[in-house]
Amino acid sequence: MQRRWKITLVAALAAALLGLAACGGSSSSSSGSSETIHIVGFAVPEAANKAIAEEWVKTPEGEGVKFVTSYGASGDQSRAVVGGLEADYVHFSVSSDVTRLVDAGLVAEDWNEGPTEGIVSSSIVVFAVREGNPKNIQTWDDLVKPGIEIVTPNPGSSGAARWNALAAYGQVIANGGTEAEAAEYLDKFFANVVALPSSGRDATTTFLGGTGDVLMAYENEAILAHQNGEEFDYIIPDTTMLIENPGAVLIDATPKATEWLAFVLGPDGQKQFAQKGFRPVISGVEYGEVEGANDPSNPFPEPKILLTVKKDFVSWSDLSKKFFDENDGIVTQAIAKSGKAQ
Amino acid sequence: MTVAVAPPGKARRSRLAVPGRVTPASGLGLGVALVWFSLIVLIPLAAVVATAAEGGWSAFWRAVTNEQTAAAIRLTVSQAILVTVINMVMGTLIAWVLVRDQFFGKRLLEVLIDLPFALPTIVAGLVLLSLYGPKSPVGVDIVNKPSAVTVAFLFVTLPFVVRTVQPVLEELDPEVEEAAASLGASRLTTFRRVVLPSLIPAIAAGAALSFARAVSEYGSLVLLSGNLPFKTEVTSVRVLSSIENNNTAGAAAVATVLLAISLAVIVILDVVQRRMTRRG
Repeated sequence: MQRRWKITLVAALAAALLGLAACGGSSSSSSGSSETIHIVGFAVPEAANKAIAEEWVKTPEGEGVKFVTSYGASGDQSRAVVGGLEADYVHFSVSSDVTRLVDAGLVAEDWNEGPTEGIVSSSIVVFAVREGNPKNIQTWDDLVKPGIEIVTPNPGSSGAARWNALAAYGQVIANGGTEAEAAEYLDKFFANVVALPSSGRDATTTFLGGTGDVLMAYENEAILAHQNGEEFDYIIPDTTMLIENPGAVLIDATPKATEWLAFVLGPDGQKQFAQKGFRPVISGVEYGEVEGANDPSNPFPEPKILLTVKKDFVSWSDLSKKFFDENDGIVTQAIAKSGKAQ
Repeated sequence: MTVAVAPPGKARRSRLAVPGRVTPASGLGLGVALVWFSLIVLIPLAAVVATAAEGGWSAFWRAVTNEQTAAAIRLTVSQAILVTVINMVMGTLIAWVLVRDQFFGKRLLEVLIDLPFALPTIVAGLVLLSLYGPKSPVGVDIVNKPSAVTVAFLFVTLPFVVRTVQPVLEELDPEVEEAAASLGASRLTTFRRVVLPSLIPAIAAGAALSFARAVSEYGSLVLLSGNLPFKTEVTSVRVLSSIENNNTAGAAAVATVLLAISLAVIVILDVVQRRMTRRG
């Protein structure tokens, strides 16, 4: 009885192996159609990219083009493309994720030499607070007051969270502080952090679940959350950081992908980004009212001081080492200190 | 329907039956099994260890002795041990109730036990967050505390001991217990001397699975634990940080340490299991 069962199992396993081998053979010869663009991106701009695609297929250039999309955590997506995930166009949260593809020979060296320097969407760092702002949080100094509980995604594991940490550091220097004072501010900042979820989305979920007084968020995420009916307020601090999300076409991509990128960077593409809460990367975009913004008719007010990577931090490769090095990065150490103090 | 785990009783019997004879059919079976096992488990695991060795010994040592990583490993392993011990007691109890007691809703409970396996862990995290978070309807707030790690581990590892102990209990002949009772043994003595020894191999097997699962858990924790360094940050989050910093060797080094710890625990439990099987 048991013997017969065993033999059946062997047969089944052998069949399964054969079947698997057969599948492997057939799936590698997938469509080579030039009318399909594979988009690989980080999770946040999915809705905007979808809206842009809908507009583009209405134009003569975009007519009949089909999209295959994959969205996830920026770093994971970038590593997946290096690992062989098919992509024509990538849209990531931080430039270092595109640099990884340049190093792997998948994206041309001059990807960031266009008029927007490789940036396709942008936003700013904002504070999300409970409805009515009960703790009256308005400034960076308010964040480090005793008893304020901060939720921010983990700069260690989330590339996107690094914008928040940079903003916290850079605002001290932009307002006349020294590097030592900025590092000290970071220590105080992370001492008030009560949760470091792994990604931006997880942080939002944690905050909406009731943890913390303030969430380090992006303006576009706050606007999109409002559009989806979530209830919280967001504050634009006087000094904040410009978040720049890069996009690039791969070397081996279908020529259509270059036309797609041009459309994304044009007024029609940027209008769709604006509608979903992103700040346009070119001037003169007619986006009308943006639902979900604090003031829909003036959705993107200029902060007093706007920090940028280029102006305040030289470049991503520079700042990655200085701030986020696994052992002696300034932010890494501030986070470690906060843990030991408790 | 139940997780198929060969009750140790059967293993004992087959050990007595003609060892060392390989028929053509079982030879093929062995070959396929080895190829399969290599493809799915052995080669990937070897690759992890090889990647860990890439950076050399000093890089390996630096990765695993990083203060924050060491704290994460300590937290993960100690919580996994705690949870495994709890599971050994509670899992056996649940299995006992499922096998020996008749009550309304028994069949339903029987089915529900396996659900933690089926639920994507991130959903589990979300559910636990709304239930035991700041907005808890039952007034329990464990979020961002070490106990959040315990609860998440408990949730995802519950079925293991239940599912390994249950079939053994089902095969256990109640007459043996009755005989013990008729010879004057108290219920406690009967349980301790008659029932428990035959259950221990199954409990050990379940405990090994439970420990290994807990050590690697990530999904259900991301919303719950807050990833606070030195406090609630588990090892898988540290691994993720290393990967984000393009330090795959470091990530693999930490993973290798986890593998070694899990292997040690599984071997210890296996030794216990064998010893008890021989004695029983």
